[in-house]
Formats: sequence, C-alpha cells, structure tokens
Amino acid sequence: MAVAFDEMNIPGGDLRPAYQELARWLKETPPEALEYRRQEAELLFRRIGITFAVYGDSESTERLIPFDVIPRIMSGKEWTLLEKGLKQRVKALNMFLRDIYHGRDILRAEIVPDDLIFQNPVFRPEMNGQQVPHDVYVHIAGIDIIRVDANDFIVLEDNARTPSGVSYMLENREIMMRLFPDLFARHKVAPVERYPDELLSALRSVAPHSASGEPTVALLTPGVYNSAYYEHSFLADKLGIELVEGRDLIVKNNEVFMRTTEGVKRVDVIYRRVDDDFLDPLTFRPDSALGVPGLMSAYAAGNITLANAVGTGIADDKAIYSYMPEIVKFYLGEEPILKNVQTWRCREPKDLAYVLDHLSELVVKEVHGSGGYGMLIGPAATKATIEAFREKLKREPEGFIAQPTLALSTCPTCTASGLAPRHVDLRPFVLTGSKSTTIVPGGLTRVALKEGSLVVNSSQGGGTKDTWILDE
Amino acid sequence: MLSRTAENLYWLARYVERAEYLARTIDATLRVTALPAAYIGKTNEWDSALLTAGVAESFYQTHEEANEHNVVDYLSFSPDNPSSIRNCIEAARLNSRSVRTALTSEMWDTINSAWIELQEVWSKGTSTREDLAKFLRFVQETSLRFDGSAYRTMLRNDAYWFSRLGLHLERADNTARILDVKYHVLLPEEEHVGGPLDFYQWSSILRSVSALTAYHWVYRETLKPWLVADLLILNSTLPRSLASCYDNLVRNLDQIGVAYGRQGPAQRHARGIRNRLEHSNMNDIFQHGVHEFIQEFIADNSRLGEIITKQYLI
Repeated sequence: MAVAFDEMNIPGGDLRPAYQELARWLKETPPEALEYRRQEAELLFRRIGITFAVYGDSESTERLIPFDVIPRIMSGKEWTLLEKGLKQRVKALNMFLRDIYHGRDILRAEIVPDDLIFQNPVFRPEMNGQQVPHDVYVHIAGIDIIRVDANDFIVLEDNARTPSGVSYMLENREIMMRLFPDLFARHKVAPVERYPDELLSALRSVAPHSASGEPTVALLTPGVYNSAYYEHSFLADKLGIELVEGRDLIVKNNEVFMRTTEGVKRVDVIYRRVDDDFLDPLTFRPDSALGVPGLMSAYAAGNITLANAVGTGIADDKAIYSYMPEIVKFYLGEEPILKNVQTWRCREPKDLAYVLDHLSELVVKEVHGSGGYGMLIGPAATKATIEAFREKLKREPEGFIAQPTLALSTCPTCTASGLAPRHVDLRPFVLTGSKSTTIVPGGLTRVALKEGSLVVNSSQGGGTKDTWILDE
Repeated sequence: MLSRTAENLYWLARYVERAEYLARTIDATLRVTALPAAYIGKTNEWDSALLTAGVAESFYQTHEEANEHNVVDYLSFSPDNPSSIRNCIEAARLNSRSVRTALTSEMWDTINSAWIELQEVWSKGTSTREDLAKFLRFVQETSLRFDGSAYRTMLRNDAYWFSRLGLHLERADNTARILDVKYHVLLPEEEHVGGPLDFYQWSSILRSVSALTAYHWVYRETLKPWLVADLLILNSTLPRSLASCYDNLVRNLDQIGVAYGRQGPAQRHARGIRNRLEHSNMNDIFQHGVHEFIQEFIADNSRLGEIITKQYLI
C-alpha cells in the first residue's frame, strides 16, 4: 500500500499553507482546553439529539456519531478543482440516466454492456420512456471523494439514490462555531449555512408543470425508526416543509395530497428519503407499509416530482461505477476531471482470475452493497476469512468488484494519546435544479478513528469532522 | 398542519400529563399509607391507586395483591404496564421525535433530557423511599418544565391548541377518575357523619391534584367532603377541576374553529359538556348521585377524544 497523503504536514517538516494557522492555534491551546471543548461538543450533540440508529443492534437503537473537533481544511484552489470535477460527474450521471431510460445510445455504442443494465435489480423498467420533470434524475448527489495526493482527488463511490449526511455537515459547523469562535476569527472559512436554501430552490425549480405558482414541497421519511430520521426532521425543519410519512399521503385522480387538519392539500415535489422498493406498494414491494399506493401512477401522469427520481440506482451501482470515466467521455466529450479507483470487474474472467490471485491485497465489495457491509479488506483479513470469501466470489463473481487498498489521506485527529493522523474521506453534496448545479463549499468529512483503519462508515466506528474550505 | 403532527402533539401532551398525574397519585398514596391504620381504616390504598390510574384489571392479571412495592413498581417502571410513568416518558419522546419540527427547542430539550435521565439514573427503578421521592419529583418537574416551555415558547397556532387539547382532556380524565374511585367518601352535608378516617382520605384526594392549599384559600373552611367535590368538579378557578378543563377545551377548540374557518362536532360536544358543568350545583349532583355523574362525565370526555380524533387527527 502506498504512503498516505498527509493533509497537514509536508514530508520533511513543513506545514501545508492551509493548516498553518490551525497549527499555531494548536500550539497555543493547552490539551486540557481541547479536551474540555471535546466533551462539551459531545454534550451538545446528545442534547440536540443528533443520533443515528444501527440496524441489528438491540442494545441501543440510537447512537451518537463521534465528532472530532479538529477541522479538516482545504484551500480554495483545491476546492475549485474539486467543484469542477463534481459538477462534471453529476452532469454525466444525469445524462446517463436519461439515456438509459430513453434512447440507450450508450448501449448501442457498446460502452456499457446491456446485461449490466437489464439484469440489474436496481434498473426500473417502469421508468422506460417516462418523462421526468425538467429531465433531472439526480437532484441530490453525494459523491464520496478520497484524496491520494496534492492534486489527486478520486471518486470512491457515487451516491445517487438517497444520500445522507448533510445534517452533520451543517450541525458540525454550528457546533464548531459555538465552541471555537476564536479559531474561526483567525480563518476565512466559506459558510455552508445556505445549503437548505439552495436545496429548497432546487426542489421548487423542478416542480411539475401542473403545479401551482408556489409549488408545495414535502420530505418523505420512512419514520422515526429509520437510521437517518434525525436528518429527515432536521432538513424538513430547515427547509420549512412538512415531514411526511407514507400514511400522510394519498393519491386521488393521479394527484398526490397530504392529510392535514384542514382537509387534504396537494403536494408537487417530494424529497423522498424512502428507497425505490418501498415507494409504492402497487408498483414495487406489495408488503411496503412505508410507501404511498398509487404514487407511481401520479408520477407517470407527470403530477409529482420525486427527488431523486425513481431508478437512479442504476447510475451509482458499483458495477456501473467502473464505467464512469467512459460515461463522462461519451456524453460530455471531455476528459474526466475526477478519477476513478482502479476497479476489477469480477464478472470478467480475466479480472476475476487476477482478483482471486491477489485477494490478500485487494478490497472486494458487493456490487449492490453499501455502508461498508459485506466487503473484504484483504490486507486486514485472516486467512480463513479470505478463503471463505474466495468461495463466495467463485459462486457469484458478477456480484463483486475489487479495488486496490487505497491510501486515504490523513488529518490530525484527537485520540486517547493526543493528536495523531487518521484517515479521512469527503462527501460533498451536489444539488441539481432545472437551471443550475450548485455545491456548498465543503461536505461531510468522515474519519476512521481507529489507528490505521480505513473504514470511515459511521456504522463501523467512523466519526465526522467539520470541513473548512478557505475563502482566499 | 399534517393530521399526524396534530395527533402526535395531542398525545405528547397527554402522556406528559399522565406521567405527572401518576407521580402525584403515588405521592398521595404514600402519605396516606404512612399513617397508622386507625386513621385510614381498612381500605387498601394501593388498590385505590391502581383504580384511579385505570390499570387495576391488567395489574391483577399478573399480581395476587396490591402493596406499596408492587404498585409503585407497576405504576412507575413496569414495562408491562402501557401507561407506567416510564412508558409515558418513552412514548412522549417517541412522539416528540416524530414531530420535532413542530416543537420548540425548549420543549424538545425537556423531553429528551427527561428520557436521558430515565435511562441513566432510573433504569433500575428506585430502591429506597428517598430515591422514590426524588424520582417522583423528577417526573413532576419534567411535566412543569414541559408545560412551561410550551406556554412560553410556542407560537399560538394550531400546534399549540392541539397540544393543549391533549393536556386538558387527559387532566379532566384524571381528576374524574380520582372522584370515581373516592366518590363514597364524598358525601353531602346531611349524610355526613364525620370521623377521622375520612379526613385523611379527603386531604389525600386534594393532594393528588395539588389542591390542598387551594382548598383553604377558596373556602376558608376545614375539610368538608361536599366542598372537596365542589372544588374538583365545579370550581373553574382550580386548574385541575372538570369545569376549568372544559373552559380550556372549549376555548382551544374555538380557536381552532376560527383559524380553520369552520366548526364541527368537537366544538359542539365540548360546549355541551361545559354548559352542563356551568349549570350544575352540588346539590343536584348529590341528588343525581356523584358516582353516576362522574361515570357519565368520563364517558362524555372520552367521547370528545374520539370526536376530536375523527374531526382532525386522521
């Protein structure tokens, strides 16, 4: 494995410019003071109730995501490059989806193999030929980025379904500003607080044509037991829109209404945080109690906008991921600004053979998995685990992809034995409306708190940091 | 607002009010049972506590007899009792989470902190009397804080009114239940034979609705059972009286009616009950039978709950 890029220190002893002020501040601040603020931060998070649920964990259904008080800092120049790459990527994702559900030029050009689309469980034949309002499929994208060198940002994963985490971006900043006003005074940090406004205007801009001049937007949540429920209620509150559950909505004459104390009221745009499978029991899973019967027919009739659109899973599928550089080139005729991680597709015999030979060096992921579950981290796995995984892989090679273990960059982080480098990634949130694509400077930085660990997922011991983009 | 949001606000207030009422009931029962037997007679006060809490039936399915230990546990902590204080606070927190956007941060903070304290301090129940006293105070203070933050921080709109409806409906039910269990000690003047036994029963009733001091201010009299009944049923200056609860229910329903531009069966039904209370006096009630009067009231009150649900909450 390559040496990780240290975001603060240049090998040889110098500091990178973005971190100089922070380093000075850290030197002036006694460790006790830092520890005291750290505890205060935890107390604040607990009181506000910013929790997430861990599935299959009976002991406590709600937990706090550990928060690290040392900010992760990037220069404005670095951000500008990243921003350009993100916009390019999301534009391509939207064009790809539009094409897959309409003309399918990319399949005819044999850039992406047919069976990867048509035999994929996240492909939604219901969306074939369906017009989505303003041709936007992915209104909210969370693109997971890792950094391997000064100017090398790599996309680890595209999240084009219902990406979460933006509430942490906003709350982390709130809490940091409360705890460290002095540190903010010494930096020029680009604000993130206009995210809810940007989101609301993006959502309103994609209202269906049959909506009134003041379209009604609602956020659809699976309910209080969902792991991201806190975020759903937080966003609904910040956007000033109703937080609805499936049972609050009804469909009449192909229009969607919510039940209110004053009778029913039409809804035009649904920011849905419910997966495709559960959206409409009449179309998808009949046992879903989270959805709205008839929602898909209202959608087909063009009376409701769903954000994100149905069927976007086909764009962030890990098997499709490996084709993203070609997808960007095909639709935009440009070189992709953001690179992909080198990926072996186990469905291809040549790649499979290589993967089977190098299991102890590779990370093998389920094509449809998420949240870090069901993956093999070769270098960290025991022989027995690798052998068990080998059998699984041989049985169903098309279900997996493999990637080299990456050297995620590191940032200084509070640990039991003082500040130490820990690996981080970044999830910026890209908003696409009818007219423009915007990105609030920053995103959610996730940090693997265990020494040497590369798993940043909150469900597996990861924490978060505030992400600062310096406005130079 | 969403019907479900209104429903959650309404139930949230009911749960908090119920938790406080249970704490008061336990507190009052502890005081009465601390007296020597000669002062309170042979009635099992812990059995009465179960009855006023409306959980006697479910309690006796798993218990032989009612005593301090098992009733305090059942009313406070038992996971099997759906309306134990613990379950009320759990339910209140769950409801709060569902309607966070409709709560002020002060209200959320009260419920969330109470829930955290319940887990961290009271997860094993209480082992001593001192502990129990602390716990009961914690529950009452939670309710006061919640009520106070709602009063001081909520916008005066339908969210506030639905939450008040829940509170007053629950409160009316609670007061009526005490009267229902203790009606036999509330006798009219002419039948009153007096005796030390009943004195402590009356003061216990007043204590459970925190009206002992109020009684003396209102009547400037020693405890008289017909006046205790008058205070709890008809005196609209006492916040926990049936009359006061209905003044508030009628007002809140009217406010909703005005805001929405239409009245309905809930407004009419509430007004009907209020009018009956307004035009009653204790003599008539005694003649009619206190027990019958209270039973009718409890049925009418719960009917109002159903009507509100149908008209607004589903």
